[in-house]
Amino acid sequence: MRLNVRRPLDSPLICGALGVLVLLAAEEAAGRLGLFSTLQFPLASTVLVNAAELIVDPDFLMDIVATVLAWALGLLLTVVVAVPLGLLLGSVPPVERALRPLIEFMRPIPSVAIIPLASFIFSERLDMKIAMILYASTWPILINTMYGLREVDPVAKETLRTFGFSPLQVLWRVSLPSTAPFIATGIRLAATIALILAISTELLAGGSEGIGTFIILAGSSPDAVTLTIAATFWAGVLGVLANGAFVRAERRLFRWNAARAGATL
Amino acid sequence: MIRKFFAGLLRLWLVPVVLAVWEVATRAMEHPFFPPPSQIVVRMRDLWFSGSPSTLWMNDTALGNIPNSLGRLLAGWAVSGVVGVVVGIWLGRSPMFFRFVDPLIQFGRALPPPALLPLFMALFSIGTRMQVATITFGIIWPVLFNAAEGARGVDPLHLETARVFRFSRARRFFTVILPSATPKIFAGLRLSLSLALILMVISELFSTDGIGSMLRDAQRSFDLRGVWGAVILLGTLGYLLNQVFLVVERKALTWHYSAKKLV
Repeated sequence: MRLNVRRPLDSPLICGALGVLVLLAAEEAAGRLGLFSTLQFPLASTVLVNAAELIVDPDFLMDIVATVLAWALGLLLTVVVAVPLGLLLGSVPPVERALRPLIEFMRPIPSVAIIPLASFIFSERLDMKIAMILYASTWPILINTMYGLREVDPVAKETLRTFGFSPLQVLWRVSLPSTAPFIATGIRLAATIALILAISTELLAGGSEGIGTFIILAGSSPDAVTLTIAATFWAGVLGVLANGAFVRAERRLFRWNAARAGATL
Repeated sequence: MIRKFFAGLLRLWLVPVVLAVWEVATRAMEHPFFPPPSQIVVRMRDLWFSGSPSTLWMNDTALGNIPNSLGRLLAGWAVSGVVGVVVGIWLGRSPMFFRFVDPLIQFGRALPPPALLPLFMALFSIGTRMQVATITFGIIWPVLFNAAEGARGVDPLHLETARVFRFSRARRFFTVILPSATPKIFAGLRLSLSLALILMVISELFSTDGIGSMLRDAQRSFDLRGVWGAVILLGTLGYLLNQVFLVVERKALTWHYSAKKLV
């Protein structure tokens, strides 16, 4: 066994923190030395102070709650719709063949292009966010579920069939458990997309609350850039937390299966 | 050959059915927000496709907007492709460098790109530069991650061989690392191409030319048929871009796999 001598630079935590600090310090130093105008782009310290103030501001917290609520509801609805649909398409080939051209055409429609259309149709902003999330996040779950079903061990399926299990039982006992890791990956990708859609809808269609709405309103205040960056910072933190939670859950649930589906997003 | 063609056409049977149902349902509803597809197509022809066949039937409005949009999309995609592949491979080959910038990359990837739009608008004032910057920043992550993963997965034996034969750095990059990371890189490039279309639309919504601004104009003048038309136009564009990409990818990767077999 190799002796594991831990040097400080082997730790991802220390290195990562150093990397962040170096970047922030370089930006701060460049700004203070006058390499760029601090009016055009604020100093790192200004942004950090602003971000710290924002997170204790009850109005901004309400905006975060509004965005997260739409995100969670939308993602939940997407899972409820897309997983069964993916199972249906993946296990009944005629349905898949018939729907394929439609899916191939609908999938490349950029989700954001539908926001102007949806802003006519939906009067309630929360409904609209959920609908946009449903449209855009369905695809990764659907595709991953179908892909996962294709990878199910045929011998296991045949074995159960030989023992007289019905197709539904085979789906429940073999196909679903072995597809689960792929579905989980699809849901994780969908979660990222859902957050993007929630904030985009707020940005483009307006409304009364949400991180996107906050950013739009901040645009007309005197220190617009600083406020925008501070709000965007929290949006990024939200994204990191959500992705981290899903990655951890996946690792816990599917320790027995190292399968990684699809491309990295 | 002909039989195959007809079999392929038969597989599309659901498309005319859906179109017919759509037409009948919207005619029955007579709702202003849901115009029948036939009217959308007529509107699309009036707005953009009344030109001569030599320009793919595009008229002056379309010619003043669509090529600009495509140019920005491809420019952003090309920049993020080159930067993403180079930095990604570097990240994949240097665990130390990766440890230092990993949190920054995780954070950059998690930022919802549309939220950055107001920032880029403030930094670069509205125009092509800001649009290409938004597209590039928003779509670089899939390329970066996939290139890093591809570079990490290079067969150690190949690297050892290159070392034994004293390959130069550049030669090792182009003949060993890049080819073996190619399939992953293509997966990333494909994801970022569809993202590029989304960001192109967003970044143009606030400008004066491009498909995004056509969409915005239609929305502002309550031209619902025009809005639907723009959505269909963008969907078609996305479909075509993806098909072209798949053809190129198949060509590139056939070469890759046959080269692998030869070894």
